Amino acid sequence: MSTLFKNARLIDPAQGTETLGELRIDDGKITAPGPADTVIDCGGKCLAPGIVDVGVKVCEPGERHKESFKSAGLSAAAGGVTTIVTRPDTIPAIDSPETLSFAMKRAADVCAVKVRAMATLTKNRAGQEMAEIGFLQDAGAVAFTDCDSVVTKTKVLNRALGYVQQLGGLVVAHPQDPGLSDGAAVTSGKFATLRGLSGVSPMAERMGLERDLALVEMTGVAYHADQITTEGALGALRAAKEKGLNVTAGTSVHHVTLNEFDVADYRTFFKVKPPLRSEDDRMAIAHAIADGTIDIISSMHTPQDEESKRLPFEEAASGAVGLETLLPASLRLVHSGIMDLPTLFRALSHNPAERFGLEGGTLSEGHAADLVLFDPDAPFILDRTKLHSKCKNTPFDGQRMQGRVLGTWVAGQRVFEK
Amino acid sequence: MTAGLKHLLGIEPLTPDQITAILDLADSYVDLNKRQIKRTDTLAGRTQINMFFENSTRTQASFELAGKRLGADVMNMAMQASSIKKGETLIDTALTLNAMHPDLLVVRHPNSGAVDLLAQKVNCAVLNAGDGRHEHPTQALLDALTIRRAKGRLHRLSVAICGDIAHSRVARSNLILLGKMENRIRLVGPSTLMPSGIADLGCEVYHDMEEGLKDVDVVMMLRLQKERMDGGFIPSEREYYHRYGLDAAKLARAKKDAIVMHPGPMNRGVEIDGDIADDIHRSVIQEQVEMGVAVRMAAMDLLMQGRAAKSKEVWV
Repeated sequence: MSTLFKNARLIDPAQGTETLGELRIDDGKITAPGPADTVIDCGGKCLAPGIVDVGVKVCEPGERHKESFKSAGLSAAAGGVTTIVTRPDTIPAIDSPETLSFAMKRAADVCAVKVRAMATLTKNRAGQEMAEIGFLQDAGAVAFTDCDSVVTKTKVLNRALGYVQQLGGLVVAHPQDPGLSDGAAVTSGKFATLRGLSGVSPMAERMGLERDLALVEMTGVAYHADQITTEGALGALRAAKEKGLNVTAGTSVHHVTLNEFDVADYRTFFKVKPPLRSEDDRMAIAHAIADGTIDIISSMHTPQDEESKRLPFEEAASGAVGLETLLPASLRLVHSGIMDLPTLFRALSHNPAERFGLEGGTLSEGHAADLVLFDPDAPFILDRTKLHSKCKNTPFDGQRMQGRVLGTWVAGQRVFEK
Repeated sequence: MTAGLKHLLGIEPLTPDQITAILDLADSYVDLNKRQIKRTDTLAGRTQINMFFENSTRTQASFELAGKRLGADVMNMAMQASSIKKGETLIDTALTLNAMHPDLLVVRHPNSGAVDLLAQKVNCAVLNAGDGRHEHPTQALLDALTIRRAKGRLHRLSVAICGDIAHSRVARSNLILLGKMENRIRLVGPSTLMPSGIADLGCEVYHDMEEGLKDVDVVMMLRLQKERMDGGFIPSEREYYHRYGLDAAKLARAKKDAIVMHPGPMNRGVEIDGDIADDIHRSVIQEQVEMGVAVRMAAMDLLMQGRAAKSKEVWV
C-alpha cells in the first residue's frame, strides 16, 4: 500500500532544507517519488518527520488513572508525535527487566505510536545501588535515568556512569543541586518574594551540570542533560561540547514558551520541575536551540490529575501534559523569528532520533515513514478538555496557539486525521 | 470605592483610597471599643467562621472579638485537629463549610496562596489572616493605623522594617502598604534573612542596623521565626541580638520621636530589648494590639457592605 504526498512543503531537518515537492511512502518506508495507490494533496502544508518526544511519562505501571499507553498514544498521534521515549519514574519504577517487559507489552498492545523505554540508573531511583543496567539494556532500554531524582552519592553515580559507558549506553540526568533546590517551588527572585514562595536560585542547575560534566569527563560516558533551562548553565554545556565530551542537552517546551510570571496567582498548572525561569533565561535557551547548543526540545509530558494539582502551590504536584501541545507551542519559536522550521524539527525530531538511536528524524529514502502533516499558521484557542490525555493539566489552556496537526503517520499507517 | 470589596486576600489588590477608607472606619471603631457598651449590631445575623490551619492565639482572639463586637455569630474551628489530619483536601474542607452558608471565612494557612485558592471555591467573603510567607493584610492595616495615629500622617515617613524579612508575611504586606501610601522603606537584617530580589521592590536594604536606623520615623521589629527556619540562617541568637536586636544604642540613631513597633509575640532579648518594648514613650506595641481589633472590625464591616451591595445588584 503506497501513498504519494504531493504539493507538500517538505521539512527535512536532516538536510536542513524546506522545499515544495512530493514524497512517496510504501510498505512503511520512504521511497523514491512515483505513482502510488493513494494520492494526498497536501495543499502546500508542511510535511515533516514525526516528532520524537523524549522523557514522556506514561503512568503505567501504577497510575493508569492518570495516563495509560492507550491515552498517551492517542495524545501523541494528535500532537504529531510518532515515537515516545518513556520515563521510568512509574510506580514501581522501571528498574528491572520484568517491569520493563510488562510496560513494553502494554505499549505494543494498545499504543498508536512507537514506544521506546528508558530504565532507571539506580534501583528504585534511590541513588544507592545501580540497577540491572545490562539486563535492562538487553530488554530494550534505550537510556538510563533516575528522572528528576538526582544521585547525590557521587561515588555511586561515578560507578553507574562507568558501567553504562562500558556497555555503550546513554545516561540521561536531571542537572540540579538538590541541596540548594530542596523545598523550592519557583525560581528565586522578585516574583518568588512577592508571592511568598520558596525559590531556588537558577545557579543550582549550573552546579548540578558542572558536577555531572566532571564525572562524564572521568568516565567517558554518553550523557544527555534532560532539561537545561538557565543561561548560567549554557557556558558549562558549550565548554563540555568544545572539549569533545559525549554530551547533549534538552529543554522542555514550557521553558522556552513561558516564564516565571506566568504562575501569576498561584496557578499550579504552571508548576513544573525545574520551575519556570526568568524571561532572560527563556530567551537565552530559545537562542541556544537555534545555534545548536541545546539539541532537543521535548514536552516532558507529565500527567497530573486534579487531586494532585488543586492544592496550595507548594503542596501541588509538578508537571504538565505536553504531547498534544508540543508542536503548536514550539512553533511560537518559528513565528517569533528565532528559528526556521528545519531547525525546529532538528530539535523535535532529528536530534532525539539520532541521540537515542531510533528510527525517524529524516525524509531520506529508505527510512521509516513516520510523518506529520501540519499547517504551521492555523490559529486556534486551546481547550484543555479536548485533549486526548487522561489528565488535562496544560498551562496553555485558553491560550491562543498557531499551528495545527492535520495528520500523523507511523510506519506508513495513518494514526491521526484532523 | 470600597463597595464591591469581595474578599480581603492581601494588600496588593487594594488602592490607596481603599486603604484610607478602611483606616477611617477603623478610627471610629477605636472609639467604640473604648466605651462601656462595645457591641453594635452591624453584623447581626451574620455567621463568621475562623479557620486557623496554623496555631494562633492573638490573631484568632482579635478576630473573634472583632466579630462579636459587631454582633456576628462567631465560630472557631481548630483546623489542625480536624479532618485535614484525616486527609481531606483544603478544597473539600472549604466546600463543606460553604454548604453551611457562612457569610465570612477568616482563614490562616501555612502555605502561601492557600487562602486565594480557598476563596475561589466558596461564595462567601474570605479574609486572609495570614498565608505562609505571602500576606497578612490586617496586620499591615493595623500597623498603618497605629502609625497614622502616632505620627498624624501615613505618607512621607521613613520606616525601617528590621529582622527576619525572608520568613515574614507581615513584612511583605507592610512593604506593599507603606509603598502604596508613598513612604520611604528600609529593610534591615542579615543577608540570610532577606528574600531574593527584594531590592527590586522599591526599598533600601541595609545589613548594618545602626546605618539602617539613622533618622527613621518608625522602627518596625519582626519576630525571629524560629519555627520557619529549615536551616542555619543565623549563627546564634546571642550574635543576632548583638547585631540586630533593638537596644537603646541602636534606637538612638533613629529620630528622637521615632516609634517602636512589633507584631508580637516578642522574643525579648533576641530581637528586642525588654526595656525598649516596655518604654511607654517609644513603644506602641500595646496600641498595635488595640488597633488590631478596630481594623478587623472595619475590614469585616466593609466586606459585608461590599457583599450587600453586590447582592442588591444581583437580586433587584
